Amino acid sequence: MNKSVTNIIALSILWLAAGITVVVLFAVISYVFVNGISQISPAFIFTWPHGVNAEGGVWPTIVSTMYVTVLAMLIVAPIAVLAAVYLAEYAVQGRLVGMIRFAADSLASVPSIVMGLFGLALFVEAAGLRFSMLSAALALSFLMLPIVMRATEEAIRAVPKYIRWGSYGLGATKWQTVSRIVIPAAMPRIITGIILATGRAVGETAVVIYTMGQAINLPITPLDSGRPMTVHLYVLAMEGINLPAAYGTALLLMVLILGFNLGARYFLRRASKRM
Amino acid sequence: MSTDTFSHLSQAADERPDKITVKDLSFHYGDFQALTDINVGISSKAVTAFIGPSGCGKSTFLRCFNRMNDLIPGTRVDGLVTLDDQDIYAPGVDPVDLRRRVGMIFQQPNPFPMSIYDNVAYGPRLHGVKRKAELDEIVERSLERANLWKEVKDILGRNGLSLSGGQQQRLCIARVLAVEPEVMLMDEPCSAIDPTSVQKIEDLMAELTDRITIIIVTHNMQQAARVSEYTAFFLQEVAGEPAVLVEFDRTTNIFTSPKDRRTEDYITGRFG
Repeated sequence: MNKSVTNIIALSILWLAAGITVVVLFAVISYVFVNGISQISPAFIFTWPHGVNAEGGVWPTIVSTMYVTVLAMLIVAPIAVLAAVYLAEYAVQGRLVGMIRFAADSLASVPSIVMGLFGLALFVEAAGLRFSMLSAALALSFLMLPIVMRATEEAIRAVPKYIRWGSYGLGATKWQTVSRIVIPAAMPRIITGIILATGRAVGETAVVIYTMGQAINLPITPLDSGRPMTVHLYVLAMEGINLPAAYGTALLLMVLILGFNLGARYFLRRASKRM
Repeated sequence: MSTDTFSHLSQAADERPDKITVKDLSFHYGDFQALTDINVGISSKAVTAFIGPSGCGKSTFLRCFNRMNDLIPGTRVDGLVTLDDQDIYAPGVDPVDLRRRVGMIFQQPNPFPMSIYDNVAYGPRLHGVKRKAELDEIVERSLERANLWKEVKDILGRNGLSLSGGQQQRLCIARVLAVEPEVMLMDEPCSAIDPTSVQKIEDLMAELTDRITIIIVTHNMQQAARVSEYTAFFLQEVAGEPAVLVEFDRTTNIFTSPKDRRTEDYITGRFG
């Protein structure tokens, strides 16, 4: 076949593939936007649902989602970051560390509904935490842990060797070098990892449905139950109660996650400027 | 070989006491022996240059003086290295303390991703200086000695990485000077920077020898001739075999009347 014809065909296929991706993405976003935008109002965001058809707002579900996400982040961030520092800087690189890394990667791909079941058995029942913010946050933290840990490890490895040498050359100990040079230099990327994991937690449904309960409730203490936005959306749509409100909730959820991803991009851009 | 080197050593060392002495040093990376039978004395408060073709182990040898090689797994040093007559590889010696006394400048300028001020204050802070006034004074004095103060005195809060390459290297020198080292090791410090900064660094080296001992690794023979009082020539004659110290003498002798044929071949540009 003629070379230029092959070229045109190849280009068309690539163009088509790229085009489909864009169309799908655009279709999903615009569909939710068109159906949801009419619902969005201050009243929808800041009032409670009421009545048999859950008319009114979604305020308690927003609070439940934010509550559980922040709690999960507070649990995950220190553990994941310190574990990653140990793995990247201190552990003797070998089979054991390789296995830990493989386990973390596997943990990241465990279906979230399995993680939810695990959270139900361990936190809700065995530990006696019942359906609560704490149970849900602990179960979510299992999901977030490998994401934050691997991101932190990559961030630490991305700090150039010669910068560490500069510190050692001045008579710094390993811990001084790690805590004063390596971690601050890696911080923007670490924060990016935490934000991405948090975005994942905001959108998570399966884990929280098992561990937080479904009662519409404004949580105050970590032992209160609640209903996150994702579960609210699921209930409204699947039980055919109030489809317009479901789209409104979906739109809010997407905006929230978009916000997290934009935040992550901002930090990553700052990181690349500094390195 | 070693007796030959010793005769040069005694010649070179007759004027100043030795700050560092090396006896029968050999160095291994795993199974590969990089250096063998090195004997040399480094004069106090002078500039000593290490020259030789690339891959001849001169940078490896330099890192023996602050035990930077300890950070590379699988390396081994045999023989004796003393700083002020104290064995720096003795069991009780903490490499962290040693590196404070023996500072190091690297080929690639490596400021920390923080402000100019914090870069220079990093070392003093590590070693417990907390008072602002004292830190201010150390920062100013160190930047002065590194020939950089005039250029940065109004932008001390700016990130060190925003400086030019040559300024960054002088910032790294200021950072080392801030911990008041006795010895400064410079590993090809000028190979990645602009000529104006090279000039400034060569100037400040001459000034610094009023207090400190400098060892510079350079592949630039003109630079060795310009800045150093003593020169050591290293050579790996056969690939895979360890490198040796061919000749060590006053720089003027090395460049005008080398005793070894191999030194003469190298400085006249016949190889390397």
